[in-house]
Formats: sequence, structure tokens, C-alpha cells
Amino acid sequence: MTALDPSPQPQPQPRPESDAHVVGRRRFLGYVLAAPTLVAAAELGLRPGAEAAVPSPGVAELLDLNDLLTAAARPTANLISVAVHADGTVSFELPRAEVGQGITTSTAMLIAEEMDLPLEKVRVTLANARPELLFNQLTGGSNTTISTYTPIRVAAAIAKGRLLHAAAIELDAAITDLTARAGVITSVLGGQIDYGALAAKAAGVRTEQVSVELKPRSEFEVIGTPRGRIDALAAVTGRKKFAMDLDVPDALPTMVCRPPTINGTVDSVANLAEVRQMPGVTDVAVIYTGVAVRAETFGQCVDGVRALRVSWNAGSAAGKSDESVLRELESAELPLAAPLAETVEGEFTFYFRGNSALEPNCAIADVRTDRAEIWGALKSPIVAQETIAAKLGLPPSAVAVHVVEGGGSFGRKLFFDAALEAAEISQQLGKPVKLMWHRADDCRQGRTHPMSTSRIRVSYAGDTVLGFDQRHTSVSTDFGHGLGEVLTAMAAQLPVGDLGFSETIFQLTQSMPYDFGVTAQLLSEVDKGFNTGSMRNIYSPDVTCARELIVDRLAATTGRDPYRFRRDFLQDDRSRAVLDKVAEVGGWGRAMPANMAQGIAFHAEYHGVSAALVEIDCRPETVNRPIRDAVSGPRVTKAIFAVDVGLAVNPRGLEAQMMGGIMDGIAQVLTSSLHLTDGYFLEASWDNYFYTRQWNTPLDVQVIVMPPTTGEPGGAGELGVAASMSAVACAYGRATGRMPTSFPINHGTLSFEPKPTEPPIPESPTDGLDHAY
Amino acid sequence: MPEHTFRLNGKQVTVDVADDVRLLWVLRDVLGVTGPKYGCGINVCKACTSHHNGRAFNPCSVQVKDIEPTDEVTTIEGLAATVGEELHPMQQAWLDHDVAQCGYCQPGQIMAAVAKVRQAADQGREITDADIDEIRNICRCGTYFRIREAIKDGARNM
Repeated sequence: MTALDPSPQPQPQPRPESDAHVVGRRRFLGYVLAAPTLVAAAELGLRPGAEAAVPSPGVAELLDLNDLLTAAARPTANLISVAVHADGTVSFELPRAEVGQGITTSTAMLIAEEMDLPLEKVRVTLANARPELLFNQLTGGSNTTISTYTPIRVAAAIAKGRLLHAAAIELDAAITDLTARAGVITSVLGGQIDYGALAAKAAGVRTEQVSVELKPRSEFEVIGTPRGRIDALAAVTGRKKFAMDLDVPDALPTMVCRPPTINGTVDSVANLAEVRQMPGVTDVAVIYTGVAVRAETFGQCVDGVRALRVSWNAGSAAGKSDESVLRELESAELPLAAPLAETVEGEFTFYFRGNSALEPNCAIADVRTDRAEIWGALKSPIVAQETIAAKLGLPPSAVAVHVVEGGGSFGRKLFFDAALEAAEISQQLGKPVKLMWHRADDCRQGRTHPMSTSRIRVSYAGDTVLGFDQRHTSVSTDFGHGLGEVLTAMAAQLPVGDLGFSETIFQLTQSMPYDFGVTAQLLSEVDKGFNTGSMRNIYSPDVTCARELIVDRLAATTGRDPYRFRRDFLQDDRSRAVLDKVAEVGGWGRAMPANMAQGIAFHAEYHGVSAALVEIDCRPETVNRPIRDAVSGPRVTKAIFAVDVGLAVNPRGLEAQMMGGIMDGIAQVLTSSLHLTDGYFLEASWDNYFYTRQWNTPLDVQVIVMPPTTGEPGGAGELGVAASMSAVACAYGRATGRMPTSFPINHGTLSFEPKPTEPPIPESPTDGLDHAY
Repeated sequence: MPEHTFRLNGKQVTVDVADDVRLLWVLRDVLGVTGPKYGCGINVCKACTSHHNGRAFNPCSVQVKDIEPTDEVTTIEGLAATVGEELHPMQQAWLDHDVAQCGYCQPGQIMAAVAKVRQAADQGREITDADIDEIRNICRCGTYFRIREAIKDGARNM
């Protein structure tokens, strides 16, 4: 029988290799799909523990005929698959969004590992919206590697097994005589053949189910080794394409003139016809969020938007301010439990923060009468497809949604606001559009981290903590992106359903890592008038920051060292190990000059544990150092971060994510917030909204990736924020002698002159050459 | 429409576009050169940083009419050619330190870094942390520390 034999006999399976003797190794089921070249697949839902019901750890069992028929009839549309090509490369369409977190690289590493293929021969692209995947095409909750670690390897392992089988025939050898290395299969009897030459020979003529074992961790050569990003060369040469870089025919630049207050609506436009006559402008149209301007260049869109004279209706936050929202939060706060003994208490306020990435909201849409095509960085493309289809009056199957690599997300791209707008505009104009939000739009109308308060009461007696009570009260977090599933999205639109959903997410993400006795952490939410979202690490940065500050206060009250105190109350060895590591590397307890201090903090989430130690400089000469149009303020001079995610697929990528989390943590304590005044945010620029800049960056940053512990990868993308933010806050409190209770610490001082709200976007300057250096 | 001509990445280019259109849109929307990114349009985020006669500038804030026919505009796409290599040393340093996360700001970061190192060299000194503190380019992924390390490494090979 040859590999191409169409007869119904099941094909022999490759003999398990060097680890055939291992007893109890789990087998996983996957597929070889009918295709011109080899395509191997696995179900995306496959998880560790969901192993195949194949009892023997020995030679692969052939399924009986009944199973084979069942398998053949089974819908295979929900599979993810690796394809081997004649040029020796392997391709994989990842049903997730790469937005900088490094999942295309880690995914390529999984495939390279299991297939014994050089990393550079693996091509990972992003899959279009695939509604058949249901829950399984959402990029969020730092879940990508957790959920794809097993199925991707299963598909790759099946592919490699097929290649070995085909090679055995080609080289006239037993599979046990073959070795695969770097994409070439070599026989001990002599002879070799590369994967490319086997791609067609190993192809499936029909779809069949097979089972496979995965490479044991002891044999890993790629997973767990530090690798550079697979898209790094494209990024540094400017060749990496983001949505606005795509050349879609006739998709001309388009911007929207937006209201002066949050979610205001158009009442009337005085000069539509006049603006239509402006240079370069092709179309002007009123849409549900404002007035769209389509032009030859974005510069001419800016001019058109600025020229529009629009009367606006009030928005969804009319008249509201930081102060009024704070009162709403205070009145919605759930009562704390009665004190059990002596107590330490604190109340903390966290102002709104912008959730914008550097790439602004943007999308391309080409809507025709009977179909539509959308391009954008979309972390929830199935919900986007369903929602856009409903808006356009088309069946979802007529709406193709292409997921483009994104210029950052931090949770922002779970929503598809720009894609939905672009679709509406394209339909209304009957022309393709390349829609981009202005930075000012992103700041003032974009998604935010909701403002919140957190009140904590800890009861203690002597050295024992008897109870920990935390009441977190937040402006409503919009989970309407549905966590990947359109029914949930619709349920989330119901007030009751949404409230329950937020509380569920809160309970699922908050845990108490310390032995603090009776613990209750409760969420209540108010006010759906704001555009909010699941900003990186959702509730945890604020909740953890409040907790860790109280831990410091408790330690101080009971006369104990903050590090030792945490260590004594942490619940397991993994947790203590990361805390010990930062204390050791960071030199916890070293003498510091006045107004400088260390801070230490801990956080566990996403099956991982993390600890941060920072040093902060709050000396007046540092705080007041002059920097043009900037917040200088205290400077974090050193940041040490230890992270244990169970198994780091790519330690170098994990390190990068933690560094990003550190910069977020610094920003959220020291500089970054939105100021709500009279129904709108004052910020309209990166020199208004002060994310961390080089002048705020520590000169000493060390991330320690702990050796594997659980052996299964945890989440990475969001894990770095909470411990970092907490450590910075604790350090600030120790340096100044005052526990900070309002974040960021400079929120009370407006550090810029607010831009006008009408016109809604600023004119581009013309003096750029005067600032050349 | 008026015609404008200038040198772009070593070649003379000519465009038909209104005088006041900012150069960023001439590059991106007219010429299809997409390395320089939009991040603010008001010379704040620096994502579009490119070189004008070898000095860092932000094309979002320059009208096309202010670019002279003999002016040399270099975007990230033309940087390597300025040293006659496949990659400029600063790009190589970026790879060596695996700086990029999402990569959106990185063309601007690299162009800024090269200019900042040249500026220090013109003053007869090596680049310092204080110089790097002056770089205003936003990286919302927060790769700042790797950027610092890469700049110092890249500078050694420039």
C-alpha cells in the first residue's frame, strides 16, 4: 500500500520513537485531511486532560470501522490545521489576533518543536473570522497559549508522523530507522529526504482520524528557549503591514467628525454641501456616530472634519465629571463586613484611563449590495462579523472579516467600533473606505478603563489576620464584545445579564494569595454611560494595588518588614519563590537616601505568579526635573520582576510582556489618567494623556523568568501589570511616608492646556522642519 | 494641482497634490510609502519620524510645499541604503535585542535613534541616558528599556 492508496484500509501509523517505553503517555486524537499536500489538524478545544480515549500507550491503535465512519462524518470545520508545502515550509492560520503579544512567534515555536523544523520555515498568519469556531476565536484573558498549546502541537505531531511514514516508503526503511531533524528525514541505512519532497506524497486522500503522542518535555529543543519575534525583520524595515497600510482598491481615507461630548449625536449639519466641495474630498455623510468625510488623503479628511459646522445632541455622560462619578461610586459601594478585631482600613480611587493603542482605531470596509469585506485588527472577529452583518442587513456568511496584525491592543481590540463604523459608511456611500480615528477621537470617544474605588478592611489579632474584606466599585465595564460568542454579546446588552457577567468575570479573576482568614472581595458597578472595555488585566491592577498597599500598612502597623510579612502569609512555594527572587536580585532592604525607597508586591493570575520590586526616586530635584510638555514627577529607577507562568514557551517574549506591564504599572500610578469634565475627557493627545515615556523609564530593568514549574504554559500578555503597579504604589508610599490613595498621584494637577472640542480634532502643525534634529 | 518634487529614499519623486497637504499623507496616501506611521498628526507621538536631509523630523507637521526639489527625505524603507547595507546597524541592534512588540512605533523609534546618535557624534561624544531621555517617541507596548539597550549597541556600530 502506498500513501496514496485510496482503499479503505486504515493506514499504518508511525511507530512512536525514542520514548515508546514511556508508560502512561497521553494520546491525542487529530486528523489528516484530504488535500493536495499534507494537512494535519486538531480540534481547537483540545486541552490537556482531554486526551483521546485510546487506552494503550504503545503503538497507535487503529480505530475500528465504526469509529472511522463516525470520524469521517464528524464535522471537521472546527479544526485548526498545519499544512506542509512543497517548498519545505509549514503554514498555520492562527485563529487569534497578534497585537504585539508575540503569539505568532510562540505558535511557530510549538510547530517547529513538534515537527523538528527550523523556526524560520514556519509561517503563521491570522485566520479570517471563522464562525464555526464559536467561543474559540477570541483573543483575550491572556488565554491564547493556554488554550492552543495542546491542539497546535497535536496537529504538528500528526503531520510529522505522516511525513515519517511517507519517508519510510520513499527510503524503503522502517520508521524506527528514521530520524527527523531540521526538516530533513534521514535513514540509518543511508538516504535522506526533506519535508518539501514529502508534502504531496504524505497528503491525505480522505479525511481520517488518527491518534498521536506529543514530544515529552525532556526532549524540547525549541519550547522554553528564548527566540526573537518572527516578524521582527518586517517591523524594523517598515515592511510589516497594519490595517492602514493595506492597499485595498478605491478604499480612500475616511475620518469622522465626532461630538464634543461622549457619545453625543448629530442634530444637524449646516454646511454639508460646502465641505463636499473642499479639495480632495469625495464624500460627506451623516452616520450614527458623527459626520464621515472621505477624501484623497487623510490630511484632507482632517481639513474636512475641521470645516464641518455641526449641531450636536447631548451624549451619554452629559454634565458628568470626575467628582460626580466619584459620588455615584460612593453611593453604590457595598457595605463592608463588621470588624472582627483590630483593623487596618483604606479607600482608594482610580480615575479613568485611556485604552488606546498607538495604532488608532481603524478598519477598511468594502460593502457591496450583496456582500462585504472588512479588514482590521480584531480580537473578537466572529462577534464583529455577526454584528456587522446585522447592521448591513446581510447574512454573516456574506461578510468576510480579515484579521490584520494590530499595532497594540491592551484589550482595546476586543471591540470593533471602527470596523462597524467603516461598514456603515461604506454601505451608505456605496464605496470602499479606509477609516481611521484621529488621536483626539481615540482619547475622547474611545474605550477607557473605567473609574473605580476600592475599600478594604482587614481584621487582625496579634500576628494572625482574621479577615480581609474588599469592596470594589466601578463604572460599568462593557463586556459586550461577548467573549467571543454572539449570544453572550446579546445577553450582555441586557442590564441584568451584563451586571451578572461583570461580577462573574470579577470573581473568576480575583483571588486572595495570602492566608488572610475569611476573605470577601465583591464588585458593584454603576453607570453605563461611558465607553469602557477590558483594559489589560481588567480589574486586577486596581484591586491588587489597593490590596498590596493595605498589606504594606498592615505590615507597618504590626511592626513587620513588607517582604517578610508577604512571605509569611503567601500560600505556596511558587508564590514564595518569585517573591524571594525579586528580594534577592533587587537587594531588598538596602539603605536608600531620603525620599527614595523600595516597594515590593505580588500577584497571581492566568495560572501564573509574579512579583515586582521597584525603587523610586521622589527627591525634589528629580520630581521637578524640567521636560517640555511633560509630566516628570517621581522616577522609578529600578524594576525587578520575577514571573512563573508554569512553562514559558518563549522566555524572551514573556520577558517583553512583563517589561510592557512594568511600564503600564508605572504609568497608572504616576502619570496616566483621563480628566472628565462636563461630559467629556479633556485629553486629546499623547502629550495630554501621559503614558510612560523614555524620561519615566527605569534605567535598570530586570525580568527573571523562573524555571518551569507546572509544565503547562500560563498566560502572559496581561500578567505584568498588577504586581508592577502595586510595587510602584508601595514604593511611593514608603518614599514619601504617605500611602497614596488616589491614582495616578498627579491626577489633581492638570499638566496641559486642553484642546478645544469644536472642531473635534486639532489642525496639523506646519513647522515640523523647525524641530528637526 | 501643483506639482511637487523631492528626493525620496534616493530617488527623485514627483507628486500632484495641494500645497498644504502634510508630507506624511503624501508619503502614505499618494506614494504608498507606509513605513512612517500615523499616531497623532500633531508632532507629539513621533510615530512618523523620518529624516529630512539626514535630520529627524515628523512629516505629519510639514506641508509638501516646504520640501525643496533637492531635499532628501529618508523613511525607514530607505535607511539601510544610506549605509549601503541590507540593514542599518540600528536596525540590526533592534533585531539583536528583539525590541519590537507590535512594531507600530518602531520605524519612528529607529529613525529617531539614528538621528539622536548622530547628534551626539556631531558634538564629539557618545550617546548618554540623558540623550535617550529626550526621545519623545511613544511606545505604548512599553519596550522602552530594550530601545535604550539597542540604541547604545547600534551606536557602537554606526
